[in-house]
Amino acid sequence: MRPRLLEWLRQGASGRSAVSALPLLWLVLFFLAPFLIVLKISFSEARLAMPPYAALVEWTHERVLAIQLHLANYHFLFTDPLYGNSFLYSLRVAALSTLACLLLGYPMALAIARASPARRNLLLMLVILPFWTSFLLRVYAWIGLLKDDGVINNLLLALHLIDAPIAMVNTSFAVYIGIVYSYLPFMVLPLYSNLEKHDASLLEAAADLGAPPWKAFLRVTWPLSIPGVVAGAMLVFIPAVGEFVIPSLMGSANQLMIGRVLSDEFFENRDWPVASAVAIVVLIVLLGPIVIFQRYRSRELAGAA
Amino acid sequence: MSARRVLLLPTILAFGFAFLYLPILSMIVFSFNASRLVTVWDAAHSPTLKWYGELFHNQQIIDAAVLSLKIAAMNATGATILGTMAGFALVRFGRFRGRALLAALTTAPLVLPEIITGLSLLLLFVAMEQLLGWPSSRGVTTITLAHISFSLSYVAVIVQSRLIGFDQSLEEAALDLGARPAKVFARITLPLIAPALLSGWLLSFTLSWDDVVISQFVAGPGASTLPMVIFSKVRLGVSPDVNALATLMVSIVAVGAVSAALLLQRRERRRERDLRLALADPGGG
Amino acid sequence: MANDPPAGAQAYVQIENVSKRFGDFIAVSNVSLTVERGEIFCLLGASGCGKTTLLRLLAGFETPSAGRLLIDGQDLADVPPYRRPVNMMFQSYALFPHMSVERNVAFGLEQEHLPAREIARRVGEILEIVRMTPYLARKPHQLSGGQRQRVALARALVKRPKLLLLDEPLGALDRKLREHTQFELINIQQQLGVTFIVVTHDQEEAMTLATRIGVMNHGEIVQVGTPRQIYEFPATRFVADFIGSVNLFEGRLVEDEPDYVRIQCADLPASVLVDHGISAPPDAALWVAVRPEKIGLTREQPAPADNWAHGVVREVAYLGELSVFLVRLDSGREVRATLANSSRKPEERFVRDTPVYLSWDASSPVVGSG
Repeated sequence: MRPRLLEWLRQGASGRSAVSALPLLWLVLFFLAPFLIVLKISFSEARLAMPPYAALVEWTHERVLAIQLHLANYHFLFTDPLYGNSFLYSLRVAALSTLACLLLGYPMALAIARASPARRNLLLMLVILPFWTSFLLRVYAWIGLLKDDGVINNLLLALHLIDAPIAMVNTSFAVYIGIVYSYLPFMVLPLYSNLEKHDASLLEAAADLGAPPWKAFLRVTWPLSIPGVVAGAMLVFIPAVGEFVIPSLMGSANQLMIGRVLSDEFFENRDWPVASAVAIVVLIVLLGPIVIFQRYRSRELAGAA
Repeated sequence: MSARRVLLLPTILAFGFAFLYLPILSMIVFSFNASRLVTVWDAAHSPTLKWYGELFHNQQIIDAAVLSLKIAAMNATGATILGTMAGFALVRFGRFRGRALLAALTTAPLVLPEIITGLSLLLLFVAMEQLLGWPSSRGVTTITLAHISFSLSYVAVIVQSRLIGFDQSLEEAALDLGARPAKVFARITLPLIAPALLSGWLLSFTLSWDDVVISQFVAGPGASTLPMVIFSKVRLGVSPDVNALATLMVSIVAVGAVSAALLLQRRERRRERDLRLALADPGGG
Repeated sequence: MANDPPAGAQAYVQIENVSKRFGDFIAVSNVSLTVERGEIFCLLGASGCGKTTLLRLLAGFETPSAGRLLIDGQDLADVPPYRRPVNMMFQSYALFPHMSVERNVAFGLEQEHLPAREIARRVGEILEIVRMTPYLARKPHQLSGGQRQRVALARALVKRPKLLLLDEPLGALDRKLREHTQFELINIQQQLGVTFIVVTHDQEEAMTLATRIGVMNHGEIVQVGTPRQIYEFPATRFVADFIGSVNLFEGRLVEDEPDYVRIQCADLPASVLVDHGISAPPDAALWVAVRPEKIGLTREQPAPADNWAHGVVREVAYLGELSVFLVRLDSGREVRATLANSSRKPEERFVRDTPVYLSWDASSPVVGSG
């Protein structure tokens, strides 16, 4: 090859590898490495020190490398019913909230996708807008509504529909409301971007072939929207399992979600190994949904190309 | 189509929007309430601006807001640079070593529960401090690093989808017309993906501005961001100045959104006019 | 427009044994070609035949796996696309959406660091030629398809390239506009004297524009010639079949004399007499191609003993200026014939199910063994 072409190629190539290497290095350092550390700590013993855990790999006095894996943390998780209960409770809350988001979000996404193009943008913005305002403050707003002396109870009392305030805050009900409210846009947006791509003539063809609207929906719109449903469901379900802020502010003290348990182990009990073990178990449970989401996303990106 | 069907969807849509906006609306109304009992309307002395006054004298909140703004801006800038690089690498570089890893690492933060991200980052910083002596204290630096690490994925996603829709013959045409690769990037690629970079920056800013869980893990005792302050305030009980704060924040976002919408609408209208213009003289004389 | 190539001209563009592989796929296979100065050379082929890859090799967006490319004696191997004396008009036009017509056209000249006044003068000049002066302030999305095509042409031509590459230049236009634009393109080319290489899958477009056509198939150039040569004397069965429509018969050589050959085809009752000699071994398997418009239809048996067949009209398609007849021969084979509708007398029409004789001139058939 001629020297100039070689130089030209080399310049281009080194610039390229820097562009891919920099974010990769960053993510390996600040995303992958931390998980390996969590994994490591989950196998070590708690100590009253800083940091409050024992090293896995130690040079003993005889200059022998000793590796100690403590499975005790995991054993503890499976024997103490607190962890199992809060795990199941978290999964149930996440699953039911996802379902509720779907039931409310699907018709919303469909209505937006079928609105006129001029109104579509406005409606879409109305869905996204709350997302740009503070999540914490929106949760706080619900507390104002649901409290014993909150707006809803006051209204019901004033209308003489109830005699005593209904306890809504610090219950599971409030947690469901909070999660559905906070995650609804994450359900609507992927559903919308899927539904919006549907060719309107498909429904016309279905009608032409004799399908009433509900049947056309079941046989055409719904099957075609499954990828959007999966994406939206994963975007709600996965973070909801580990949700911390909403149950802390709105949930009951008797039924803890796993995120709260992890945080308490870490901050209150200063048991870093057990907190790490909880994190690893949560991660393993969520691995399936994460892989599904990842596969959906790469397919979606390939389809768009 | 039946009338029932025509009405069903808009009804649910309206209900959905009520669900999304009523709490915010009630919060705004009660921010003007004189009573300390946040949700009991004190008709005698309301509406009042006294909570807004208190807010502006609350040094803790003002300091936290300034800190949050600083972190959010640094995070948004860092995440936009790194996320754009990641997006480019994933769309443009074909197969390269580490591509699968990069793809996986840019997707995971989108869904991973924050509490796990927060815990693992804190443990990383502790381990780094032990091994390297850095970071010696946790605060602005560690929060910013942590925020960049999850925000860059969102930027990468936005840039990726913009680049996938990008007609590469535009860049080839510029090369063909004599522009060197660096100039092609500056004059063609960058201006055309600028909207994606802007929305990536804004999104990263919001994510950081809003984050409480991860900040709580990686912040030291000295640094409290605004969400951390609000969280502890709300945990102790509802306080009226939070209503005022929320109203201010909602208003800023609303003003921004409405002006963006107006801008978009004007552009849409101009596009329609352009379309008519183009169709009016198909041969062009 | 079937001009012969300018005789005695220096080979201006030389493509020497060029190949391009993408992994296992061979997009361009050992292509050698020369294009003369001032020519409009068309690369014609179905999609995926390698014609666009060849164009991108010339523009410098792809590097050849083997072979050399020269323009005006200069080897292009170490010249990056932004330094090549070559410009391209893209199939999508690739007009920069964020720049006005004027800025689009000026972009290439700005890269040459010409004085602003010179740039303005040349941009004005070329916009005048493509008649886009009134629209210079518009953005690409404010233009119709035909206007965009002219801006793309102006943007490439304003650089005064030694060679202009056009990728399906008329592909995005509707039929009426396309016909009009074809002649406009030839006008501009002759006015400026630039050499054109045009890629197209549309044979009518190639016929109208080209001084010469290179037919491509599976990455190879199968025939190069003037439009007339390609149509009347296709070198291979593929070219015969690809350009226009044709009736192909398999046959055997039964008589080979210097001034004629006789071929026996299984599908035809009489032998085929061709009035020029070919060089093939006796009894060789050959193909015979007869174009539909070269076939005449009669009710009575034609006088000559050779070059006729008998059948029944199966379908008639009336296309206005001409009619297409699908005739089923007695052998069962279907043959296509076209007649100009020069008469309006109903008794001269051949309707469905009419028995007819087909005949053709001894100069019409093309024979080959490939």
